[in-house]
Amino acid sequence: MDSTLFVPIWISVKTAVLATIITFFLGIYAAVFVIRSKKYQGFWDGIFTLPMVLPPTVVGFFLLLLLGKNSYAGKFFALFDYNFIFSWEATVVSAVVVSFPLMYRTARGAFEQLDNNIIYAARILGISEWKIFWRVMLPNSFYGIMAGVVLAFTRALGEFGATIMVAGNIPGKTQTISTAIYTAVQAGDYELAYKWVSVVVAISFAVILLLNCWISKQGKNSAYLTKKAG
Amino acid sequence: MLDVDITKKLGEFELRTKFSITDEKTAILGASGCGKSMTLKCIAGIETPDAGRIVLNDRVLYDSNKKINLPPQKRRVGYLFQNYALFPNMTVAQNIGFALEGKPEKNNVVNEFINKLRLNGLENKYPSQLSGGQQQRTALARMLALDTEIIMFDEPLSALDSFLKWELEQELLDIFGGFDRPILYVSHDRGEVFRLCDQIVILDKGEIVSNSTKHNLFENPKSVTGTILTGCKNISPVFCRGNGIVIAEDWGVGFKIPQGIDEDTVRFVGVHAHLMRNGAEYENVFNAQIINVIEDVFNWIVVLKLSPQAKKTFRWVVSKKEIARLQTGTNITVGMASEQVLFLES
Repeated sequence: MDSTLFVPIWISVKTAVLATIITFFLGIYAAVFVIRSKKYQGFWDGIFTLPMVLPPTVVGFFLLLLLGKNSYAGKFFALFDYNFIFSWEATVVSAVVVSFPLMYRTARGAFEQLDNNIIYAARILGISEWKIFWRVMLPNSFYGIMAGVVLAFTRALGEFGATIMVAGNIPGKTQTISTAIYTAVQAGDYELAYKWVSVVVAISFAVILLLNCWISKQGKNSAYLTKKAG
Repeated sequence: MLDVDITKKLGEFELRTKFSITDEKTAILGASGCGKSMTLKCIAGIETPDAGRIVLNDRVLYDSNKKINLPPQKRRVGYLFQNYALFPNMTVAQNIGFALEGKPEKNNVVNEFINKLRLNGLENKYPSQLSGGQQQRTALARMLALDTEIIMFDEPLSALDSFLKWELEQELLDIFGGFDRPILYVSHDRGEVFRLCDQIVILDKGEIVSNSTKHNLFENPKSVTGTILTGCKNISPVFCRGNGIVIAEDWGVGFKIPQGIDEDTVRFVGVHAHLMRNGAEYENVFNAQIINVIEDVFNWIVVLKLSPQAKKTFRWVVSKKEIARLQTGTNITVGMASEQVLFLES
């Protein structure tokens, strides 16, 4: 078997996993931030949702502006002899930016569906805000958060537009499955493209299926999530 | 001792409550949307008033002038929510012990309240596996396990069917009997409030219209709002007065004013539906026409026209044991003592 077949798969998976972990925390933090901010709520929501509705190339363009060689960040990186553009880190950052809105929106929806009274009750009982978040809010919005994780992961795995602009398409370094498929099709190598396409479909579908299974099993095991009849 | 003096804009009206309670059990009685739950939430700190001051046992919880606004965590109040607000992801024992985590006395206190509220055997059940009564007892245990300076109840019984309601009311009565700190109980149910509390504050559209002991309130409600909330079905404005008699405009009949009431101050009369009697041996006697008879479980609800000039009908409730049959269209003699008529000033 050709080992170059697996390199883009490995790059894609490690990019998507790392991006999902970062997005998980950022998205939840943004959700709590927007729910708690009374002023400018719509403004912040708009900013956080923008990467989802903008063309990925526009997102890539902004990332180039912000982190490219001529940007402040780029000049700062240059001090350490580091170039962000066309690095593997750039694939992660692109994946984080495009998957972030999915995590943010699903987490926010899940938190907003919580019964406010249980949060008030915890406050009146003297529980700190930090503990309320980890022990009350998060466990009771488990489904929503998990849905957000799945959506963010699959989106990160399939990221193409911003990645190719910021990270390029360097085989063995920044070439993910998505960009590899693009290259293969451009070169007319449909056999190779088929292989990668089936890998992407298989991974994405498997992740969704696994999570669905896990959630329904959890639901059966933990009685608090089951609704009582009548 | 709790002192409340706050204002808060609530949509169409302004909530303006000023009252103070000591160790007695006080109820805030009012129709829905009058601001009674909002008052509790402001005391607990989950809502912030626009201005004013809240003091609990010499601790200032809120003072708009001094810019003091303690977070709910520091207020040391107990609060029972209408839906109990149990943590769905925690068992009964975890719910009760959540606020005591890290304290050495946790297990003892949790066990004590599990026993006190007869939750034995349910320690490891989740809220969704409990009946309504068990949920309420868990919420009570969670609230009482913390040594708070006041306990507050936000309509804990109003969403329940009458059988369960009675059962849970007995539970509350037990708790109230053994609690020596102030209790604030919000409800729109006069019967519940009368059975559970001693002092009653009546709130109408954000304003306190009365604050008195329950017996005083039910015998002498003074205002129309108070009278309606005590369950009086018949209220009429007075359109002329003189010689110790006031004429009720809606019913076209007069009522004799008893000694000690100044007739010039009487603006309305109120008559409780069940205080009217069949017979002529009373100070106020009317020859009324029966418009309609509705059969209730133990009573007749009789719609009467007290006089031919009456603009509105009068609701009379009489036991089926007292009168076996009532014929629509016929006349009946009814009457009552003036002491039982409510003469209202506003």
